[in-house]
Amino acid sequence: MKDSLAFEIVVVGAGPAGLAAACTASERARSVAIVDDNPAPGGQIWRGEARTPWIERARSSPVQLLTETQVVASPGEPALLAARGDRPVEIRYEKLILATGARERFLPFPGWTRPNVLGAGGLQALVKGGMPIAGKRVIVAGSGPLLLAVAAYLRRQGAKIAMVAEQASRGAVLKFARTVARSPSKLMQTLGLMRDLAGVPYRTGCWPVEAAQGEVKFRRGGRTWSEPCDYLACGFGLVPNTELAALLGCTSQDGFVAVDSRQQTTQPGVYCAGEPTGIGGAGLAIVEGRIAGYSATGRPDEARRLFAERDRGNRFRIKLQEAFRLRPELAALARPETIVCRCEDVSFGRIAEHRGWQAIKMQTRCGMGPCQARICGPAVDFLLGIPADSVRPPIFPVPAGLLAEDL
Amino acid sequence: MSVRIADVAVVGGGIVGAACADAFSADGLSVELIEAGIVGGGASAAGMGHLTVMDDSEAQFALTSFSLRLWKRLETALPAEVEYSRCGTLWVAADDEEMAEVERKRQFYTLRGVTAETLDARQVAEAEPNLRPGLAGGLLVPGDRVIYAPCAAAWLVKRAIAGGARVRTGVRAVSTDASMGAGMVTLSDGGRVSAKHIVDATGAASPDLVRPRKGHLAITDRYAGFVRHQVVELGYLKSAHGHDIESVAFNVQPRATGQVLIGSSRQYGIGDSRVDAHLLARMLRRAVEYMPRIATLSVVRAWTGFRAATPDSLPLIGPSPRNGQVLLATGHEGLGITTSLGTARLLADWVAGRKPPIPIEPYLPTRFPAEVHRG
Amino acid sequence: MVEILVNGKVVRVAPGTTVAAAVLIAGEERFRHSVRGEPRGPLCGMGICFECCVTIDGRPNLRSCQMPCRDGMEVVTAVFNEG
Repeated sequence: MKDSLAFEIVVVGAGPAGLAAACTASERARSVAIVDDNPAPGGQIWRGEARTPWIERARSSPVQLLTETQVVASPGEPALLAARGDRPVEIRYEKLILATGARERFLPFPGWTRPNVLGAGGLQALVKGGMPIAGKRVIVAGSGPLLLAVAAYLRRQGAKIAMVAEQASRGAVLKFARTVARSPSKLMQTLGLMRDLAGVPYRTGCWPVEAAQGEVKFRRGGRTWSEPCDYLACGFGLVPNTELAALLGCTSQDGFVAVDSRQQTTQPGVYCAGEPTGIGGAGLAIVEGRIAGYSATGRPDEARRLFAERDRGNRFRIKLQEAFRLRPELAALARPETIVCRCEDVSFGRIAEHRGWQAIKMQTRCGMGPCQARICGPAVDFLLGIPADSVRPPIFPVPAGLLAEDL
Repeated sequence: MSVRIADVAVVGGGIVGAACADAFSADGLSVELIEAGIVGGGASAAGMGHLTVMDDSEAQFALTSFSLRLWKRLETALPAEVEYSRCGTLWVAADDEEMAEVERKRQFYTLRGVTAETLDARQVAEAEPNLRPGLAGGLLVPGDRVIYAPCAAAWLVKRAIAGGARVRTGVRAVSTDASMGAGMVTLSDGGRVSAKHIVDATGAASPDLVRPRKGHLAITDRYAGFVRHQVVELGYLKSAHGHDIESVAFNVQPRATGQVLIGSSRQYGIGDSRVDAHLLARMLRRAVEYMPRIATLSVVRAWTGFRAATPDSLPLIGPSPRNGQVLLATGHEGLGITTSLGTARLLADWVAGRKPPIPIEPYLPTRFPAEVHRG
Repeated sequence: MVEILVNGKVVRVAPGTTVAAAVLIAGEERFRHSVRGEPRGPLCGMGICFECCVTIDGRPNLRSCQMPCRDGMEVVTAVFNEG
């Protein structure tokens, strides 16, 4: 028999939105749990940072932290099936708050599958896990503020940052910088990063076009040149993790989970906060998490008091989106022979023969591998405008023995 | 919208419709294939792609063995993505009673020219080292095959197109009217197709279907060599998939990718296509009973599909009892991938007035009283 | 310190180090071979891309970036596996 747990409020995801939601809900709810697949709370952004205020607050609250617990299915509501190691656990809830965060978007270009090309956040996470980086020559490329945070972190760990390449134009980045300068906390963060990155070239309107062993070819303006490096750390913005919301039948809009002013999804009793509703960073995620926590515990007035702050966060989200919009030239980097689906080694040429996601999947095997289209799906969407819109259980690969346990 | 004129309108682009389009087109007829979704995306994609000779009845044997011969003629022509595999079928016997069934099956196959070999307990363990110890034995049918049906359907459609067929996907046939000597199919986009013959190959969506049967499958990550044959329990025939409204049976298959495809379940009277976690768990428990190490394999996806089931487990091939101008090609239940080619051959011969290689009578829809057919 | 074997070679790492990091410390950048035989290594670092899969204690297809090293663990990468 599998373990069975029950809580009034279950929060999926222990990043900023999930921690804020759980702490807020715990002021009123009989029982609150946060479920997260990582060994420690914090999500991707606070990975390895035990002293973050929201983590400390959650630890000193009655919130139960279920770490190393991966939600894989919904065996009939209102319950989730999760994997803890090889053991299944059923988690029942009265109200559910989805704070499943985001992942990096990777775009295919010749050589992007080589072992010396990693995600930007990916390399940071690996280094936090003990990967040696001191003395390595690293180029951080792609798009968005995350590149600077990653470059600064890697440099503090002893990496030689040869360049940060931002695909957005200089004009767009400067306009965004003026927005940041209006927010004291964001300005402080940025100034800290600038200090950490003093002397590192930050090239705007610049992107990788081909990776080889020991060097990467870049383009900027009309010029193409090669830069030597040990690693290329590369991420083109973030993609929301909407698989669980989709499995539960929540409606999506333009790739994000649709929510009302109370952060409730189209499924009654299921709320969503943070990046799955729009990529707006930790600040917006925390406000949304608090609103979801108030809403799920029947406190609409407290929730309403945060709407103005959320509106400010949303204005920032839109500026972020506009500044770091991906340029169409990036969709022209993949050649017909360039691999798009890394699990199944499916080339761009084969994928481009088909018009819908189902046909792409069935006829080419793109998206059929263990990543379940988390990597190739957003790439196909960017390259061809075809969203990967089929979600099947389990939403994460798990041992058959776990799914075989009696309910 | 103008009316398109064809000799045959095939409604439904699963493996059966694809095979029909290919067969009619090879006969020189003009063919219009209409598929509501994508080619090979329905039950064809929800099955195991097992090409197998079955012995439930003489008629089932005749159609499956004839169809398998047709598949084997194509084996050198099929492209790599069809994943044609010569893995054979291993029927597993758990006890003496099931060993008696092994012997009955062996005699049945051998008498009819199909190679079948009895394996004892040791031989079964050697053939499939991941089976649990202590099984009684099994029957190896080495001539059975496995394919990846969505790509096989797409290949058949490509061949039909090369022969002149026209294919329209993403369009539903909203009505068929065959009262005026020639049939007329009206499409969801307002278009119409006028055809001498209309083939209904819509599987579980067919209006003449008796009952839809829901099935679950799960597929693992790649574990090359974990299983070598299509391995099926003989309880499949004896009890598990008997007359219960909900049942599971052990049925696993090696995919060309190294993945392990795990089946099977049967449910009747269910309209909801979502994965039923309880039945999936039961199905996987049955698989783990037979192959304990399956418990450690990572499942990447589970899904369901609906098969078109008939009261006598034989397909409906031939003129509809309600309207002779509509030719049915449905009711293939769990054997549609195997019998698609045979079905297409029988219908093409019927239209051409040729003598078929096997008698069509056992499959004629008119074998059922008219009231069984729903309108 | 924690001691593990990577392709038969002893690697000593700090507690909390992931298997992915230990494989890189062992000097191995090919974690697995893709379907067509291309060498692959970690990409996402957060357990979603499955590019860092290795065999751990005889069990294949395990994500090394999500797995902390434990004393005595035996890790085999694709390169070693396939000679």
